[in-house]
Amino acid sequence: MRQTLAVISLNLRSIPRRLGMSTATIGAVALVVAVLLGFQAIGNGFRATAERSGAEDIAIMLREGSQAELNSGLSRDQARLIEVADGVARDETDNGIISAELYVIVDGVLRGAQTEANIGLRGLEANGPSMRQGFSLVEGRMFSPGAAELIVGEGVQREFLGFELGQEIRLGTNNWTVVGIFSTGGTVFDSEVWSDLGVLQNLYQRGSSVQSVRARLTSPGGLEQLQAYVENEPRLNLDVQTEAEFFAGQSSGTAGVISSLGWPLSIVMAIGALAGAWNTLYSSVDARAREIATLRAIGFSGFSAFIGTMAEAVMLSAIGGAVGTAIAAVFFNGLSFQGLGDSFTQVVFDLSVTSDSIVTGIVLAVIVGFLGGIFPAIRAARMPILAVHRG
Amino acid sequence: MTALYTLTDLSKRYTRGRESITIFEELNMTIEQGEFIAIMGPSGSGKTTLLNLLGGIDRPSTGSVECEGVRVDKLSEGNLARWRSANVGFIFQFYNLMETLSAAQNVELPLLLTNLSPKERKRRVRTALEIVGIEDRAGHRPAQLSGGQQQRVGIARAIVADPKVLLADEPTGDLDRSTADEVLETLQLLNKEMNKTIVMVTHDPAAAGYASKELHLDKGRFVAKENA
Repeated sequence: MRQTLAVISLNLRSIPRRLGMSTATIGAVALVVAVLLGFQAIGNGFRATAERSGAEDIAIMLREGSQAELNSGLSRDQARLIEVADGVARDETDNGIISAELYVIVDGVLRGAQTEANIGLRGLEANGPSMRQGFSLVEGRMFSPGAAELIVGEGVQREFLGFELGQEIRLGTNNWTVVGIFSTGGTVFDSEVWSDLGVLQNLYQRGSSVQSVRARLTSPGGLEQLQAYVENEPRLNLDVQTEAEFFAGQSSGTAGVISSLGWPLSIVMAIGALAGAWNTLYSSVDARAREIATLRAIGFSGFSAFIGTMAEAVMLSAIGGAVGTAIAAVFFNGLSFQGLGDSFTQVVFDLSVTSDSIVTGIVLAVIVGFLGGIFPAIRAARMPILAVHRG
Repeated sequence: MTALYTLTDLSKRYTRGRESITIFEELNMTIEQGEFIAIMGPSGSGKTTLLNLLGGIDRPSTGSVECEGVRVDKLSEGNLARWRSANVGFIFQFYNLMETLSAAQNVELPLLLTNLSPKERKRRVRTALEIVGIEDRAGHRPAQLSGGQQQRVGIARAIVADPKVLLADEPTGDLDRSTADEVLETLQLLNKEMNKTIVMVTHDPAAAGYASKELHLDKGRFVAKENA
């Protein structure tokens, strides 16, 4: 053990003699980890935003088989049936607390790229805003029923041009006035603009149809009552789930794809980093040939030479992993980003470097170090002792 | 005197491509306990190869190397490493010190293979450095030492584990005359005062003069000369 520790110490102390190559190896591993964590931060941020958006006490109903609001459709009559359904909470006048909603896509211009991107324009009923947890008007006022007025999510205002308070903006063939800025505390709704349902139906010639109905539940058990009601009502062919379930399902696909995208890229880059590590460590072994042979001549084992080189490899990679993690944490974590959501609209969210991602990054770095070190370490262990005579 | 080493019918051949090169063949030799032998000879005569075989860092093609009844040439790699750590101290022409370690840390290396306590290791390192007269340089790194001082550190490293034999390969080959004489006097002291068996390979007749016996290796044969 003592001899192994001594050899490890010798290896590590000798790193400054190969500062350039060692730094290059650290940099290559750091890049691999930073790229992986970058992709994971996008996936994590999207997932967290989507999951944060859904409440357990709000049910969302779409036409049976619809995967998203865009391909759903309900009539006004169906919405009214839900208003009197079991399990739906009632206000002081005994009306069911629901919001029938229409969701259309409009074009906006991104501030940075100056390119067009999709924005979700949602028409809601009066209960709609208060059914989003964390909803608050940050500036201005609520849109007026019957008026072509918009309130704009913070994310949209931050990332798109033309949504300043009081500004008139043309969306499609219609002019709207921005009368308020709202926040829902970083949920996907912050990436939407909202208007009065009736106005949106009228301007987009949708008659009285809507695409989804949200209902506040009486209690956690209210969902089962509502599902039973819908099941037994032949005029309703709807999928009923909590908003939390809905967004979890919506996010898992996109977030999973984004997170997974990072792996192939990182693996290709990791192979490049491996080549760098091999180069550095073979140079290390060759530069220290006489040193290694001298230790073997004194009586140190080949195994200690093997472990010493492995320790150097793993340490360089671990430093690279730590640097990559630090880069990801400093430059990616909390960075505002917009990506295409499941409704083909831009979702604005903050990137999130999670502890799980950090562990994954460090593990990847250590694996690169292990694979990068193993062959040079074998060479070190097999170093001919006669190399003691090299001048 | 009792025999420390017995070499019997020792041959060493190398193969280079299809060519077989014989370094020496059927060499027989005995090294007594407490001898200080200088091995001389022209380049390529096999001096260093012989030293490698004595130290167990190379194996003979045929024949045997026996040290106090142990067939060194038959030991496994692991046992050979243990045997070397217990019995042999190496002194190299270019000192072979670890650049990142201090003189004391370099000297301590062989003791890391023993079960000695840190305190005892420290004591022995100090003693070894005192014997070679360089205790005041214990904390210096090799780059901060002269060639002669570095070789003294190398000698201290060779003797610190109290091996039976010191094998020195051109120990003064990289030193000026006066520094070489100081180093050789130290080796002579170790031989005479501490009864260390020393086998030294050298090209330098003056260095060989410090030994009690000179062996000239040429064309695979020894010619012995006793020094006064």
